[in-house]
Amino acid sequence: MFEVPEDRKYLESHEYATTDGETATIGISDFAQDELGDVVFVELPAEGDDVTRGEEFGVVESIKAVSDLYAPVSGTVVGVNEELFDRPELVNEDPYGEGWMLEVEVSDADEFDELLSPEEYRDQTE
Amino acid sequence: MALRKPPLREAHAARDAKFTEFGGWDMPVEFDSIRTEHAAVRESVGIFDVSHMSEVEVSGPDATTLMQRLTTNDVTRLDPGDSQYAMITDEEGTILDDTVVYRLPDEEGERYLFIPNAGHDAEMHDRWTAHREERWLDAQVNNVTEEWAMFAVQGPDARDAVAAAADGAADLPKFEARYADVGGVRSWVARTGYTGEDGFEILCPWDEAEAMWNAFVDDHGCTPCGLGARDTLRIEMGFLLSGQDFDPETEPRNPYEAGVGFAVKLDTEFVGRDALEAAYEEGVDEKLVGLKLLDRGVARHGYDVVDEDGHVVGHVTSGTMSPTLNEPIALGYVPVEYADPGTRLRVAVREQEKRAKVVSTPFLED
Repeated sequence: MFEVPEDRKYLESHEYATTDGETATIGISDFAQDELGDVVFVELPAEGDDVTRGEEFGVVESIKAVSDLYAPVSGTVVGVNEELFDRPELVNEDPYGEGWMLEVEVSDADEFDELLSPEEYRDQTE
Repeated sequence: MALRKPPLREAHAARDAKFTEFGGWDMPVEFDSIRTEHAAVRESVGIFDVSHMSEVEVSGPDATTLMQRLTTNDVTRLDPGDSQYAMITDEEGTILDDTVVYRLPDEEGERYLFIPNAGHDAEMHDRWTAHREERWLDAQVNNVTEEWAMFAVQGPDARDAVAAAADGAADLPKFEARYADVGGVRSWVARTGYTGEDGFEILCPWDEAEAMWNAFVDDHGCTPCGLGARDTLRIEMGFLLSGQDFDPETEPRNPYEAGVGFAVKLDTEFVGRDALEAAYEEGVDEKLVGLKLLDRGVARHGYDVVDEDGHVVGHVTSGTMSPTLNEPIALGYVPVEYADPGTRLRVAVREQEKRAKVVSTPFLED
């Protein structure tokens, strides 16, 4: 069984966002990292860039495949996990913790309502 | 169309393998992680289910003539138990497939088993039988792909695993093969493989596959490996992958372009010989080269190769992050003037040009 923490919400394409406060932390789910296999490279936007809900914000590459990353919420990037550039394997090892990708200052908090709840996301991946 | 299933499809699923379509077969791509499986083969021993590979048996008074005519290497050099890498080319010298030819022991005459790539069995069977009819040759051609399961036991400890499992097969010299009793099952055991490591390829009857796999995995310490690790292992060695590095439809190449001219013997008569003699004498315009990316990123099949002035000069045919070197490596075709090791090029990775240089293969030093 894949871990689906209760303290965040999910996009159908397997990205998560935390929902507390004005800043969202974005990454990919445990299910997604397992599907991808060994992550070897992550391409992320820079601080100050804007991301838009449902649109691509970066790329994650595993040994076997390339996958686009989609933003679960819109906003301005205020933090980038630069640790991933040297240690992309953190996405596999700790997707909800050290393997986070972006911090985004959320422009429209209502967008969270459109994301999948942990229960809905769990149903999708089972 | 429904995917063909290897005999252990359900057993692999029970081990939580992930699957992918490969040459029309539903094959395990990964059991644990590609990185772990790759390391097992480089450092100890892994086992691959390669039952998707095709097997065609050719026998009879004209078997040698038929094999010689349809493969580029010289089968007359094979004694029973020997193996040989060869290309199968069309009249233009374009590679249709690459294969390993085994000469089987047969008291009644010549008998061969050759291994076309996954999904090529029907096409190669047709090619052999059509040629037999055209030339009035006396030979039997049997597509035995679904009679034989095939496993590759590969890695520095492969010899120990085979010594423990098989009666008298572990002492085989490289590229030689013989029938042997493996865990009580009569099998064809060859000291061959496609990973760059010491290893064995074992063909056993389809119905005996599970006992054989379990013996190697549970009793002899072999790590189950999927085709994902097989792909990273073979790229590190610069070995060709059918359908990517050559393909008669999407990547038509002759053996000199693909860097496998050593498997062409122009002093034999085979389909495509005259075209290949001309290519050999005139030289080729493009060659398959090794590339290393100097910037972060992964070069993948289909990406453009660009010169330092920004002109597209070639393309990548295979690429990955090398698990052993932890560097992005790739194979691709470029004009010969760009093919010398050390040449600086770029690879267009999602519209960003990444710096790259041509390197000699294998990527791994001995």
